[in-house]
Amino acid sequence: MFGRIYAIFRARNLEFLRDRGTLAWNIVLPIALMFGLAVIFGDEGRNEYTVGIVHDQGALATTAHPFLDTRYIHFVPITDIETGVRKVSRHQLDLLVDLDGRQRYWINADSPKGFFAEIALLRAVELAGDTIEKAPISGEAVRYVDWVLPGILGMNIMFSSLFGVGYVVVRYRKNGFLKRLRATPLTALEFIIAQVASRLILIMAITTVVFLGTKYLLDTPMEGSYATLFLIAIVGTIAMISMGLIVAARVTSEELAGGLVNIITWPMMLMSGVWFSLEGAGEFVRSAASVFPLTHVLDSARAVMLDGATLYEVAPNLIALTLMSAIFLGIGAALFRWRAA
Amino acid sequence: MSIALEARNLVKVYPGVRAVDGVSFAVREGTCFGLLGPNGAGKTTTVEIIEGVTPATSGEVFYFGRPAGREFREEAGIQFQNTALQDFLTVRETLEMFQKLYDRQANLGSIIEACSLADLTDRDNRKLSGGQRQRLMLAVALVNRPRLVFLDEPTTGLDPQARRNFWALVQRIQANGTTIVLTTHYMDEAHILCNEIAIMDEGRLIAEGNPDALLQARYRGLVIELPIEDVPADLDGIDHRRIDRLGIVEIPSSDVTRSLGELTALTADLNRVKIRQPNLEDLFLDLTGHTLRA
Repeated sequence: MFGRIYAIFRARNLEFLRDRGTLAWNIVLPIALMFGLAVIFGDEGRNEYTVGIVHDQGALATTAHPFLDTRYIHFVPITDIETGVRKVSRHQLDLLVDLDGRQRYWINADSPKGFFAEIALLRAVELAGDTIEKAPISGEAVRYVDWVLPGILGMNIMFSSLFGVGYVVVRYRKNGFLKRLRATPLTALEFIIAQVASRLILIMAITTVVFLGTKYLLDTPMEGSYATLFLIAIVGTIAMISMGLIVAARVTSEELAGGLVNIITWPMMLMSGVWFSLEGAGEFVRSAASVFPLTHVLDSARAVMLDGATLYEVAPNLIALTLMSAIFLGIGAALFRWRAA
Repeated sequence: MSIALEARNLVKVYPGVRAVDGVSFAVREGTCFGLLGPNGAGKTTTVEIIEGVTPATSGEVFYFGRPAGREFREEAGIQFQNTALQDFLTVRETLEMFQKLYDRQANLGSIIEACSLADLTDRDNRKLSGGQRQRLMLAVALVNRPRLVFLDEPTTGLDPQARRNFWALVQRIQANGTTIVLTTHYMDEAHILCNEIAIMDEGRLIAEGNPDALLQARYRGLVIELPIEDVPADLDGIDHRRIDRLGIVEIPSSDVTRSLGELTALTADLNRVKIRQPNLEDLFLDLTGHTLRA
């Protein structure tokens, strides 16, 4: 069994590595994107003020306090004060304000936007006839390029997994190579394992190169454990390769496979938080995004890279990704056909 | 000699088409068995059912007396009519990959030599000529020291020299005791390579046996062949068949001298006459009423 899996695994690796155009594209694209974004956004990716409001549940009512009616400020409900404080320290929030309980707010003394948001807050509090307690904190800003790096790596993993597996298996089926393999002792499970393993190794190698390259060139932060981040990348990649196998299970046309992969990738691109945070998005959008493996990859990778989250803290994301992998692989294996019906 | 392969009442129905209609035959170990017929006769579908790559609507396949299964996949070598290989792999890497899919493994060096691939081992699959590619596909079919080899239209598209070289290769394989199942629409190929043949038409077997024995049982004498324009339109009284597509008239004859005399009496022009032995194509024409020739 392992000899057969290794034979297909090795042949697929050679095929990929000798296809210089595809290989170069997989490495150059994310690095080029990173540089492009670093140049365009520099240290500032946000032009709007963002203030976190400690709020247990439901939408924020602008009538609850005059401050919430301030123009040009984007208010984001924050349920966990500790998370909100961390975001303020990272300059991801300009202020964090608790208007419900102890009237207080947290501000990063090094944040220029926090300084102006504070003026607006104090004016609104004064108008309301209230007082509010100040809690200064400190911390270096998270640049947009730091925040978007996991997004770009995740996006590259997604495309490489879905197109790499989906397209290749469909091409094999269309040109009769799968039919030829069918006439050997190779089983469908062995073939699928070989494809997953081959793609996983190649994607992990490329992602590692891109990660180290951007870290060296752009000095991106890494607050948590490399091992945890590596585990997230492995489990996330398996989940997305497995999605690709569902697309590839029966389709015989590369055009159709391309369309199906696009249907899957575009919602993930838009809703999983590749380019911008989903904080402040509607509950429905956030719930819908949670069904995508990319969402869990990005949430957990950012938590590890930017906030130093531990394995325990990202365990829910890893469990979700593992379950998705099992479900997608099961569906892909059940639907798999060696040749067109 | 034991029976290496047996097909029992194979049926394959596609929507609106009965592609294979109750086909049964047996192949003795160590022989070359030819499945003949025109394009669309059902040969490839029949063989693919036996190979296990196309499910039958009904029927059974036995390999050395047992239902074809894992053992069959391990011991059969298959050359499909059209097969793509992985891009960017060399001839040697392709052979190594297929070899590792089997527990039974042949010596690659001897296969490379037997299939005349020694000078091509480092060449990219995509850069092979038609004949080189067919030799590689045959080599792929041999990587597991097969007891049974399927060759599906192996010489289609090859030039005459490449076809003859390929035949020599197949004869060497058979000489080693390997059983061969060959599908082809080339009657000369079948006559040269096969010990037994079965002729298919419209999904059914219409004749089966040794090629020479089948011809001897049906024909006494020779075939006179003339261009249509060299004979009078009215050949009444002479047994003949016109093949308009090829522009010829064929006259089976047990007494060539007498037949040529009759044609002379009818003012036929004999300057371009050909006289030949009856062949499998004549047999097919007689059995089905239509020609095999492309």
